[in-house]
Amino acid sequence: MTNRLSISDLGYRYGDRVALDGVSFSVAEGRFCALLGPNGAGKSTLFALLTRLFVPHSGRIEIAGIDLARAPRAALARLGVVFQQPTLDLDLTVRRNLLYFAALHGLSGRASALRVDAALDLLGVRDRAGDRARDLSGGQRRRVEIARALVHEPRLLLLDEPTVGLDAASRRSITDHVHDLAAGGLTVLWATHLVDEIRPGDDVVILHRGRVLAAAQAAAIAGAGTLLARFLELTGEGTA
Amino acid sequence: MRGWLVCFRAILLREALRFLHQRTRFLAALIRPLLWLVVFAAGFRTALGLSITPPYTTYITYEVYIVPGLCGMIQLFNGMQSSLSLVYDREMGSMRILLTSPMPRAWLLFCKVAAGAAISLLQVYAFLAVAAAAGIAMPPAGYLAALPALAVTGLMLGTIGLALSSIIRQLENFAGVMNFVIFPMFFLSSALYPLWKLAETSDLLADICAINPFTHAVELIRFALHGELNPGALGWVVAALAVFGLLAAWGYDPARGLINRRG
Repeated sequence: MTNRLSISDLGYRYGDRVALDGVSFSVAEGRFCALLGPNGAGKSTLFALLTRLFVPHSGRIEIAGIDLARAPRAALARLGVVFQQPTLDLDLTVRRNLLYFAALHGLSGRASALRVDAALDLLGVRDRAGDRARDLSGGQRRRVEIARALVHEPRLLLLDEPTVGLDAASRRSITDHVHDLAAGGLTVLWATHLVDEIRPGDDVVILHRGRVLAAAQAAAIAGAGTLLARFLELTGEGTA
Repeated sequence: MRGWLVCFRAILLREALRFLHQRTRFLAALIRPLLWLVVFAAGFRTALGLSITPPYTTYITYEVYIVPGLCGMIQLFNGMQSSLSLVYDREMGSMRILLTSPMPRAWLLFCKVAAGAAISLLQVYAFLAVAAAAGIAMPPAGYLAALPALAVTGLMLGTIGLALSSIIRQLENFAGVMNFVIFPMFFLSSALYPLWKLAETSDLLADICAINPFTHAVELIRFALHGELNPGALGWVVAALAVFGLLAAWGYDPARGLINRRG
């Protein structure tokens, strides 16, 4: 199976502080990969590098086989992103938010409108298309952001702790939705510090203090115990 | 290339919608120069004598003199307002959506600045219309001739705002911009008084005004409003546009890691 994301020996530092150190892993096509790490592990820095908000100091990133450093525009065109911070324009309607995003990818006219409707349908929020983003609940806004990230039909979907601040029902619903997207063939990298969002069949990369501690299927990392216990053990939190 | 234009149109539309949603911003943009025109000019009319200097061919009232400066002030404030909204966007996260677009980053930033300049044109012409209704009219052809001049000055002042927004890390620091950028640029220019008048008081201040890009923006507008081109002012404005454009491009270079430094 081909890799939709390949990261090799990635390094980044803020001044003297090392944020990422020799990070390497890959995500195969159609897989749901959880990037699991406690706060401050380097997840957001990694996402900033994957979306080219930062440029890595060392290492290489390939998105759908395209080197991000050599062909950033082609690589970004194949990437869908849901950031941790809300990024909807609250004064615009849901549809206009998505059309704006589609236009940033060069899409317009009927093709763009059809894709927007399809994405909203997929996330079950098409009935709110005419509402202002401000009038949606937190969970609905997140769904809209995920729908927006799918408008340009990316090969790889990145989500940076997308359930932060949501209630339990919304969290479950969004986690299920994105797992369904992966089951449908989309490759997903889902950053989280919450173990209960990960299923046994998911791939997991455990990131801690800028280093990869483990990268395998969740069930394999958990072994005879639970993923939570193993995660705490690996990150040293379990002994505290 | 079509995709680029689609992107440009979308950014322009978004800025226009944002502007329409902020009615107080439009009112403030209109009332501020009108206040200057009515109150400030009334007080200074008698204190300042104006000689006949190009582009004027006859004696003019002080109100007529300061109209180009007030057009520039509208664009200056608009440029800084755009800068403020960029810093806000960055703090709120919506800047990420823009910067992760596959369009070239320089093009995205140009679209932002051009959209802001287009908004400033609406504000300036609304002001000119109100001023004309109050009897402070320019030669009719001047309104058309001023359009390209205002487009260039709007781009230049927007680019200064863009460059500043890459330096300003937090929204709270914006008050400093008001004190150290907007006010000195405005007062140390030919917006309110001709440079020869200032030179009577201080050669140094007149020299500072002469190298202030805003002075040349005002002079470009002043000449254009009277149907004339001021090549020197145009040269200065284009040069400032290039310098601040490069500075902004450097400021938003991903290698600098501008967005939200967190682990």
